[in-house]
Amino acid sequence: MRINCPICGDRDRREFYYLGASDYLNRPAEGDLDAIHKYLHIRENPAGVTKDLWHHEAGCSSWLVVERNVTTHEILGVELASEVAK
Amino acid sequence: MIDLIAKSAAEGLLPVTIGTMTLTELPLREMHSIAPFKGAEVSAALKKATGVGLPDTGRAIAKVDVEILWTARGQYVLIGATPPKLPAAITDQSDAWCSVVLSGEGAPQVMARVCPLDLGRMGEGDVARSFVGHMTAIIIKRAEGFEIMVFRAFAKTLVHELREVMVSVTAQATLPD
Ligand SMILES: [Zn+2]
Repeated sequence: MRINCPICGDRDRREFYYLGASDYLNRPAEGDLDAIHKYLHIRENPAGVTKDLWHHEAGCSSWLVVERNVTTHEILGVELASEVAK
Repeated sequence: MIDLIAKSAAEGLLPVTIGTMTLTELPLREMHSIAPFKGAEVSAALKKATGVGLPDTGRAIAKVDVEILWTARGQYVLIGATPPKLPAAITDQSDAWCSVVLSGEGAPQVMARVCPLDLGRMGEGDVARSFVGHMTAIIIKRAEGFEIMVFRAFAKTLVHELREVMVSVTAQATLPD
């Protein structure tokens, strides 16, 4: 599997660290316990297209949002997390 | 006054020549990492003081004895000069790295076994962060081959890994069909 980092270009999967669903970018307001519970624990987990956070750990150190199909391993898009979270 | 003797990171391990390839250590030089603050303009002031400004992503700029490398998103390493006061996080990293050069005909084959980069795409002065074996490294394409920088504590492992592969590549090249 290869990920096309917007900064470094096409790189091998071993350079990247996987964190989890890109839901982590949408942090709820402090004190909203129900929203925080959902933020931490509730995931769609589809057998299909997902958006996940990956860190280009051995490369440029960027956090990336990678859209991929977990059943085919096809990578559909890569964006800088800093752009998505704007 | 006691005169201290500087010991390089790969002291006693290099240089080594195996087959057509040579691995040599580069002398220790002054090094600072520069991480500009968000939105801060540092390139012009840096250039005025040292002769080099900030390079593009994945590039190095050299002027006489001073060189600056792109080393990560928003991070650069200045070698051979002291940076002026800048709106940036600056860290002295002199002595913190080990720098070696792998040269010779078989160098690309050696790198292909230890590094996941597509090295054929790299031109002279291109810089990339990646792995060499299990070590995170800075890789710079030079006219004579590849310069590899790792954290100083990895020096012995780096030499070991590259040496093993140099032996293996040479053995395969000299085996009868
Ligand atoms: Zn990257």
